[in-house]
Amino acid sequence: MTDVDVIVVGGGPAGSCAAITAARAGLDVVLIERGPFPGSKNMYGGVVYPRILDGLIPNWWEEAPVQRWVTRRSTMLLTPTQALTVDFRSQAWGAPPYNGATAYRPDWDHWLAGHAEAAGAQLITSTVVTGLLRAPSGAVTGVRTDRPDGDLTAKVVIACDGVNSFLAKEAGLYEHTDAKHFTLGVKETLALPKEVIDERFAVRDNHGVDIEILGGTGGVNGGGFLYTNLETLAIGVVLKLTKLGAQKARPEEIIAGLKRHPAIAPLVQDGELKEYSAHVIPEAGLTMMPKMIADGLLVAGDAAALCLAAGIWLEGVNFAMASGMYAGEAAAEAVRAGDLTAVGLAGYQRRLSDTFVLKDHRRLKRAPELVLSDRVQHLYPQMIANVAERMFRVDNPDPKPGLRRILAQERKRAGVRRRDLARDGWIGFRSFG
Amino acid sequence: MSDTARGGMLEPHAWGGLSFQERMATAEFRIHHTPHIVVDGRVCADCSTRECVVACPAALFVPTAEGGIVFNHEQCFECGTCYLVCNREGAITWSYPEGGHGVVFRRT
Repeated sequence: MTDVDVIVVGGGPAGSCAAITAARAGLDVVLIERGPFPGSKNMYGGVVYPRILDGLIPNWWEEAPVQRWVTRRSTMLLTPTQALTVDFRSQAWGAPPYNGATAYRPDWDHWLAGHAEAAGAQLITSTVVTGLLRAPSGAVTGVRTDRPDGDLTAKVVIACDGVNSFLAKEAGLYEHTDAKHFTLGVKETLALPKEVIDERFAVRDNHGVDIEILGGTGGVNGGGFLYTNLETLAIGVVLKLTKLGAQKARPEEIIAGLKRHPAIAPLVQDGELKEYSAHVIPEAGLTMMPKMIADGLLVAGDAAALCLAAGIWLEGVNFAMASGMYAGEAAAEAVRAGDLTAVGLAGYQRRLSDTFVLKDHRRLKRAPELVLSDRVQHLYPQMIANVAERMFRVDNPDPKPGLRRILAQERKRAGVRRRDLARDGWIGFRSFG
Repeated sequence: MSDTARGGMLEPHAWGGLSFQERMATAEFRIHHTPHIVVDGRVCADCSTRECVVACPAALFVPTAEGGIVFNHEQCFECGTCYLVCNREGAITWSYPEGGHGVVFRRT
């Protein structure tokens, strides 16, 4: 006899969604959060794509703690003195069912955990899960916590303990951990009056902007972002861990450099720093994913490296919510069937494979590496910006050069080999096409 | 941590008139007296790369004049960068702070 049916470790989006589906299936569920409230340890850039909640929380948009609905999506390419932006707007994204939204994670995660409680899960905060309880067979039978007499047994443990997932590692589900698969995200939340944000970003009401930036991170491979909240901006950079130390560049200095860029400075000027924050991101997709199922154990969210960092698509919370949902459903299935082994829990793998969770990752399996590669990071932005500059420059009395000639010249000038360009273009086309 | 302990390259970086201490003061930390991360300075003594010093977003790893590393856990984001970039077995023993303690990101 176990203490409960399911223990969910971690009150982030994966954990709360796992608790919701397991509790709604009639199971006795405990959701354990190490912070003082769900979301207190959690930080991201700032945009969530919540459509996966349509079935779980109908009309979620009427209650979700959203800052602004993203109706303007920009992709920006920066060199030290140039900027090329592709800017898209859609009014459709400002009405139900919406597309992306900016939100504070402590708000978002706290809200989702409320739904887990409403579904009947018991939320225990300020409690660290310090390890797994195992049967002699190796099967997971519960968790140890930092509470006195804090062992708790369950039929299934769902590890949603985040990017550092010591539980998945303890269970031997990660073959190894390699720094090159991770990035560090650092962010500044800058306060500005709503009218100033509306005016600078050309939006009204609760509509907002999502700007993804390639370049602007100094010599460190990575990317930047700038998002509008209601009365703050979120500006930050995502930095490849192995390049950060090697380049001797500090994270806050790299943000400062981005904020000084002539294309960014006017947007963030006079913003008062409300909060500086940091978090590690599992960036390598399929390459780094662990096994997600063991006897008595499922792994979801960042703990399973379910984060999509593919340049034009930067998603994580949706993958966390979906994988959590499916883990909760699969746990309920296994408990009902009385088979708590990896075989009994295989419904989780099936659900991940049949949906965007693994389909997107399979399609984009080579994208994270391509996006963070030296050529995409350091050579192509300069080449593309120079092509744009020459296209738009009026060099009279010289006549206009043809695009083909400009492309050939700028490719050579940037030191890009035709073969590499063709190869990267092919990988890009295979991934994104 | 004292002003001088920040030392060398990290002080006084004043971006937009903000010192690093002021930057860190914008985040809330519920400090527990027991360090959740322990750094064995002896292992660090002959490390030439010291990527933790540069990479830690809270600048908690500070080289000393004697060639060691001083670490203070109090303003830690619990991100994991340090143990991921560290290439010395046994230099960093990493765990989470006691439940309810450590960094607390803000709600609106």
